[in-house]
Amino acid sequence: MLHAKLLKTFILSAALLSAGLQNAHADEQFFPLQSYRVGPYAAGGTGFFGGFIDYLNLVNLRDGGVGGVKLTWEEGETQYEVERGVEVYERLKQRPNIATWNPLSVGIAYALLDRVTADKVPLLTINHGRTDTTDGRVFKYIFPLLLNPYSETSGIVNYIASKEGGSDKLKGKKIVVLYHGSPYGKETIPIYKLLSEKYGFSLQQIEVPHPGNDQQAQWLAIRRAKPDYVVLRGWGVMNPVALKTAQKSGFPADHIIGNVWSNSEEDVIPAGDAAKGYVAITTVAAGAQYPVLQEIQKTVYGAGKGNLQDPKRIGSVYHNLGVLNGILNVEAIRIAQAKFGKRTLTGDEIRWGLENLNIDQARTAALGAKGLFHSIHVTWDNHEGDGLVAFQQWDGKQWNVVSDWIAPDWKLLRPIIEKSALAYAKEKNIKVRKSIDD
Amino acid sequence: MTTSLASSPRVLPLRGLSWRRAAPWLLLLVVAWVILPWFASPYVIDALLIPFLALSLAAVGLNLLTGYAGQLSLGSSAFMAVGAFAAYNLNLRVEGLPLLVSIALAGVAATAIGLVFGLPSLRLRGFYLAVSTLAAQFFVQWVLVKFSWFSNDNPSGVIDAPPLVVGGLAFDTPAGRYLFALAIVTVLTLLCWRLVQSQTGHHFIAVRDNEQAARVIGVPVLRTKLLAFAVSSFVIGVAGVLWGFVYLRTVEPAGFNLDRSLQILFIVIIGGLATIRGAFLGAALIVVFPLLLSRLGSLLLGQWFDSGVLEMSQRIVLGALIIFFLIVEPQGLAALWGRARRRLHKRASAS
Repeated sequence: MLHAKLLKTFILSAALLSAGLQNAHADEQFFPLQSYRVGPYAAGGTGFFGGFIDYLNLVNLRDGGVGGVKLTWEEGETQYEVERGVEVYERLKQRPNIATWNPLSVGIAYALLDRVTADKVPLLTINHGRTDTTDGRVFKYIFPLLLNPYSETSGIVNYIASKEGGSDKLKGKKIVVLYHGSPYGKETIPIYKLLSEKYGFSLQQIEVPHPGNDQQAQWLAIRRAKPDYVVLRGWGVMNPVALKTAQKSGFPADHIIGNVWSNSEEDVIPAGDAAKGYVAITTVAAGAQYPVLQEIQKTVYGAGKGNLQDPKRIGSVYHNLGVLNGILNVEAIRIAQAKFGKRTLTGDEIRWGLENLNIDQARTAALGAKGLFHSIHVTWDNHEGDGLVAFQQWDGKQWNVVSDWIAPDWKLLRPIIEKSALAYAKEKNIKVRKSIDD
Repeated sequence: MTTSLASSPRVLPLRGLSWRRAAPWLLLLVVAWVILPWFASPYVIDALLIPFLALSLAAVGLNLLTGYAGQLSLGSSAFMAVGAFAAYNLNLRVEGLPLLVSIALAGVAATAIGLVFGLPSLRLRGFYLAVSTLAAQFFVQWVLVKFSWFSNDNPSGVIDAPPLVVGGLAFDTPAGRYLFALAIVTVLTLLCWRLVQSQTGHHFIAVRDNEQAARVIGVPVLRTKLLAFAVSSFVIGVAGVLWGFVYLRTVEPAGFNLDRSLQILFIVIIGGLATIRGAFLGAALIVVFPLLLSRLGSLLLGQWFDSGVLEMSQRIVLGALIIFFLIVEPQGLAALWGRARRRLHKRASAS
């Protein structure tokens, strides 16, 4: 009987724990946050989720929520690990009024594809994610907003071409891609291959095993290959280590082009002067001079509700990206509220809002984010939303923008994305949508 | 690991099962099979029970090899990966192969790899063998990453698990998935339990305790070692399928890294070497306890600390607890459990 008693206690306490978290409130929209503040990627996690929470706080404090609907959230620590991300998903999905999921991890996003589709709640992977989820006809609830990995690749290659004086000058050049050994890092392998065939540059792709705090071997290989450019497709601690090792092996920093997850202050400051001259792609500008960030500083941090432990990080790339992620979420809810009414929305209604998310330059200015990012126009079949990219260079103290906002080569990429998405639909028996109402 | 052969109760001839002894276990099965799937919330099932089952099974497998046969292995998660990827590819590439068959064949694939990496055990012992199984860990992961064929040329190297359908019956609810995993775990655990009570199981222990002596009394040492590697890899391979298909429902090679191997080894050590129930107790401590702790922590202290601080303090608490357990009972949780039961029995019969 002892066993039964023990088990009963166990079940009871487990049930109590889960019940304790299920207090429903009227008129609120809940953001379950699969954040990571511990582990090798904590710098990205604290910055991004800090910015996201800061913006949600701003909307609550300044406007009393979105259309009177309060925004709430709870964090669950994932350490960027898939199984922890899944555990947090299963835990927080019990909560009512869930708006969207924002795991900021490709591995976790993959594990959630089927789950969010079954639960009918959008999954946002800003600036990253699985590329073919751009095709909203197949991936109804997945949104790789602003920039999917293929667009990023195209943007970087176009930038190198412009530095060389035109895409015809790429012929015979040599590019090495140093990528993070994770689902995120590997996502662009085929597209670099394709672009190297198209433009005739020679290509070598070298993996850095997670987390990437030793890269002697890789940079030795790069030294031997003598490339014209190195693309750094890094994440977390891998980036400063790459820059420092590059300096040691004599590779010039201004010929290293960082991708969108190698473009933050946390990537360059630890590398010291090895990072001077390093260039990186971005969809969101650094700096705290934008009105929305000024307001966050005044309203949120002024009220002592700021999320960053170090307020100096306000306006850093990850923080701004988190703020931008907040803007996109909130605007999608606002758009959906205009159609469905000012109340708590279901995940599927917010999906509709996301599929009508159109923030042009005028609206960007109205949001106090002019210059922070360019624009976005999501449709039911294009879940990326035609985000533009810019390039920024680190001068040892701050990032300076060194290019205009430029567009990736979407025409080239779309057929590849559609092919991959349709193959997925076939494998998974998904009906391809014909309109937004499907 | 110095239990002498003569005093070990496990080498006594197989006793007849008395009802009194079997009753608690039957009760446990009833709870696991009937009560839990009905009453546990989807979260408890999907995030606690299913990973608990998968890791318990892996620990049962490793316990056969390390606990019973005394061969230290650091390659468990490599065999899990072999199982998961083999099942995925069999399912993908062989039309109409029933899921259970592909799971069994995945176990066979893990067995084959396990045998290959078990061969050094014929010459190597202790730390040296551990290092050679470490090679399995890195080699398998490298192969799965290097050759994208294994992940069906998916650029990220991540694969989607197929739906769980057996004979037209879909196990797609949390309770369904749980029962699916539980069925496999129950069957394999019972088989392992029988195995360790059989002559072969006694051979395992003989080899562990003193190879020379085992050889002298006529135990086929080489065959026994290879058999231990084979059976253990099979079980661990199937556990890998459960981990990938039933729990995460996605598989990436990086998920089967050295950390996971060490985790399974710790489960075995903390749970108790050479006990089947130790694997389950250890898995409960390693898998479920941190989650309960984390929920309790965020429930009680969530408003004062951010999740990062909470996470760190949980690690400290868990680490301290493990050290405490090992000091109080180096034979593992299974021994602790047994002692507690004996004491309760004594008290019950005294009063």
